Amino acid sequence: MSPDPGLLNPAAWKIEPRREIPRSLLYATPLLAVVLTVIAGFFIFLFMGYDPLLSLYHFFISPLLTLYGLSELMVKAGPLIMIGVGLAVGFRANVWNIGAEGQLTLGAITGGVVALAFWNETGWWILPLMCGAGILGGMAYAAIPAFLRTRFNVNEILTSLMLTYVATLFLSTLVYGPLKDPMGFNFPQSRMFSDSGLLPILLEGTRLHLGSGLAIAIAVAGWVLMTYTIVGFQVRVLGQAPAAARYAGFSGKRLVWFCLLLSGGLAGLAGTFEVAGPIGQLIPVISPGYGFTAIIVAFLGRLHPLGIILSGLVMALSYIGGENAQVVVGLPQAVTGVFQGLLLFFLLASDFLVRYRIRRRAIQAAPDGQTQAAEGAS
Amino acid sequence: MSARYLEVSRLEVKGVTKRFPGVVANDRVDFAVGPGEVHALLGENGAGKSTLVKMIYGVLHPDEGTLLWNGEALQIADPHAARALGIGMVFQHFSLFEAMTVLENIALGMDKPGDMATLATRVRDVSQAYGLPLDPERDVYTLSVGERQRIEIVRCLLQNPKLLIMDEPTSVLTPQEVSRLFETLRKLAAEGVSILYISHKLEEIKQLCDRATILRGGKVVDTCDPAAETAKSMAQMMIGAELKSVTRRGGASLGEPRLVVEGLTLASEDLHGVDLKNISFSVKAGEIFGIAGVAGNGQNELLLGLSGERLADHDSVLRIDHRVLGRKDAGQRRQYGLCSVPEERNGHGAVPGMSLIENGVLSAHHRMGLVSSLFIQAGAAARFAAEIVKTFDVRTPGTGVSAGSLSGGNLQKFVVGREILQKPTVLVVSQPTWGVDAGAAAAIHQALVDLAAKGVAVVVVSQDLDELLAITDRLAVINVGVLSSAMVTQEASVEEIGLLMGGVHGLDTAPATPDAETAHVA
Repeated sequence: MSPDPGLLNPAAWKIEPRREIPRSLLYATPLLAVVLTVIAGFFIFLFMGYDPLLSLYHFFISPLLTLYGLSELMVKAGPLIMIGVGLAVGFRANVWNIGAEGQLTLGAITGGVVALAFWNETGWWILPLMCGAGILGGMAYAAIPAFLRTRFNVNEILTSLMLTYVATLFLSTLVYGPLKDPMGFNFPQSRMFSDSGLLPILLEGTRLHLGSGLAIAIAVAGWVLMTYTIVGFQVRVLGQAPAAARYAGFSGKRLVWFCLLLSGGLAGLAGTFEVAGPIGQLIPVISPGYGFTAIIVAFLGRLHPLGIILSGLVMALSYIGGENAQVVVGLPQAVTGVFQGLLLFFLLASDFLVRYRIRRRAIQAAPDGQTQAAEGAS
Repeated sequence: MSARYLEVSRLEVKGVTKRFPGVVANDRVDFAVGPGEVHALLGENGAGKSTLVKMIYGVLHPDEGTLLWNGEALQIADPHAARALGIGMVFQHFSLFEAMTVLENIALGMDKPGDMATLATRVRDVSQAYGLPLDPERDVYTLSVGERQRIEIVRCLLQNPKLLIMDEPTSVLTPQEVSRLFETLRKLAAEGVSILYISHKLEEIKQLCDRATILRGGKVVDTCDPAAETAKSMAQMMIGAELKSVTRRGGASLGEPRLVVEGLTLASEDLHGVDLKNISFSVKAGEIFGIAGVAGNGQNELLLGLSGERLADHDSVLRIDHRVLGRKDAGQRRQYGLCSVPEERNGHGAVPGMSLIENGVLSAHHRMGLVSSLFIQAGAAARFAAEIVKTFDVRTPGTGVSAGSLSGGNLQKFVVGREILQKPTVLVVSQPTWGVDAGAAAAIHQALVDLAAKGVAVVVVSQDLDELLAITDRLAVINVGVLSSAMVTQEASVEEIGLLMGGVHGLDTAPATPDAETAHVA
């Protein structure tokens, strides 16, 4: 077909909402977003004066070529997946927990306090106790926005986000104060946990721990919850049609509590896993923003627990690739954040194509065939 | 009259065909509308009326055939072009922004709205002149379906159309308002405006229309002069079969009161809503109780209060078989046998994005045993949805399709069927046949009557008075949140009910000024 000058005329195109959302597009857009991110990255590296192909290689490929790199990928993907699954359940119900980072921090504190309380004891029961405490810590912290939302109708986006900063400062207070290691030369960190307070390593010589495996199991459980249970059904109805949820007798308040406690609990558990896994003690900063990155993970995974496993791995790669590219190519530290931001940007942009379609507008006397072709193509 | 048709037709449709994947929606359709003619398009749901008018309004484009406007063949590229020609349309499904005011919505739908103050005055003038009370400053989300429809009508009238397409415009108006609208339409027709009128209400078509074109299965099957036909003969042309009339069990003995509402007072959740004031009534086993009233007089609030979506102040306000349920939510009331059908199907009675199977689970999960220990029983849910589809003749390619893809009438059959198959002891239905074709409406009415015959107490809230007169045993009228005393339907007169519906405040824009209320009570 020869190019038609009319194609460049903006008035010749029309954006209209799709009546049915095609499932194929729903799953294709995350891939499109990843591809666009890589292309944009290529040009960014080029303009910054780095060898773009080499940089991309060290960002996206070389971390995957070693067993250690792969194990690190799982170590980073674990918390992202766990938190992402919890958040996705809430997002499906239009409950916007933005404060998973804070709930993660609280979970790390409560789990860590249990570990420190038994620092000179051994026993198989210490680890489960820590996990329980971590879950409860995250839940308790998420209960604050839940209470404020259900009791006073306060927007949970604001409260949960603001509480994140409170949690980080609280952790600092503890590690600079009461939980500071008495033998630690005044460094702001706690004692190292005893072996009973550490997650078992799955692969000798790496940091791959039990928590990463559990993250996959949690994602599968999340999928079962959302697909086959009445609770997941209620969550979906509440998100899609609140009036229908009330009509069906599904309590909106109870579901808000459920979503926030679930996502808070999973974030808290992820926090405990971090301190009981790769870190092994309490330090002022325990997460490179997992709680926030998990929001991108949830959306990139289409709020689908199994999709979140994949998107969690992709976002984990952005952390590892970023570190790798810093070391090997000398890229600035901000590159990780830039890539994560680009990915979210392209994802939201390509989501537009899922909900809307762009059609050739029939200008005046357009021949029938053309209109039909345009309709058929969309 | 016939001399008019010798002139060039305002609009002529010649051999128009429109295909969708798997279906021919319009098959070589021919018809013409003359200047000043009121022309009816009649047909069941899915007969192709909507497709046809969408092509006239430029939303869709014909695959074959031509449209002639004042004798000239042309392509109508889009609704903008249609409006430029002087074609206005009132859609059955409204395209309104809920968060904006009436005035803003009207301005958005116009190509040249002008300044807002002038527009507001014009809106007030037109709505007053045509008997369509409307407050331009109100937010649309606070309006009932009936009031929203008025916006669409007023929006069209503001643009001085040459051809006005009306898709079921009167479904939610009182008899007085309908006759007022008809006066308006006749006046417009006398001024030379052509009107293309789509309705299932055959009596209306008889009263109003000069000619009727009858569609069935996408083809024109007949044309007639409605004045010379009976409603029954037109309905038969439309559905191509003998119309079943609703059979009533005459003077069946009624049982004990099943549903008792005593002093239901409920403040509306929204600023412009209508508060319910001390509503009391009771419905016996086997009785169909009607609640008539103009849209926006508290029907929405009453439905929420009865279904349990809003709770009463005291448990004793609502009783079913002597069980006090005033403080029980919708799920709990359903467990005790109270099922309900809300006015709005999409997003309230059904979740548009979910399959019919999931929409079956929505309200029937408990009563039909579709959930066991937290898990949805996929097989049972699918069988239940299939049973609804089969029993209530829901036209759908399968139970896996989304509820939103069904036509309004079919979705209504599904929702009503879902509640009836749950074997309720009390059924509360709002607008059971709104936007549903004659055949389906008769089926739904029959189902309600049969349900009552089994000893169920049925409450029908409707703005369609003919419907209430046809199927109810007793009825009451709701007006500014106050329910009149109940009357036996057979002894009630349309005039009396109409007066209660219109009442003192009937055509005022502002509902429930204290004075009007006092006057009404007095």
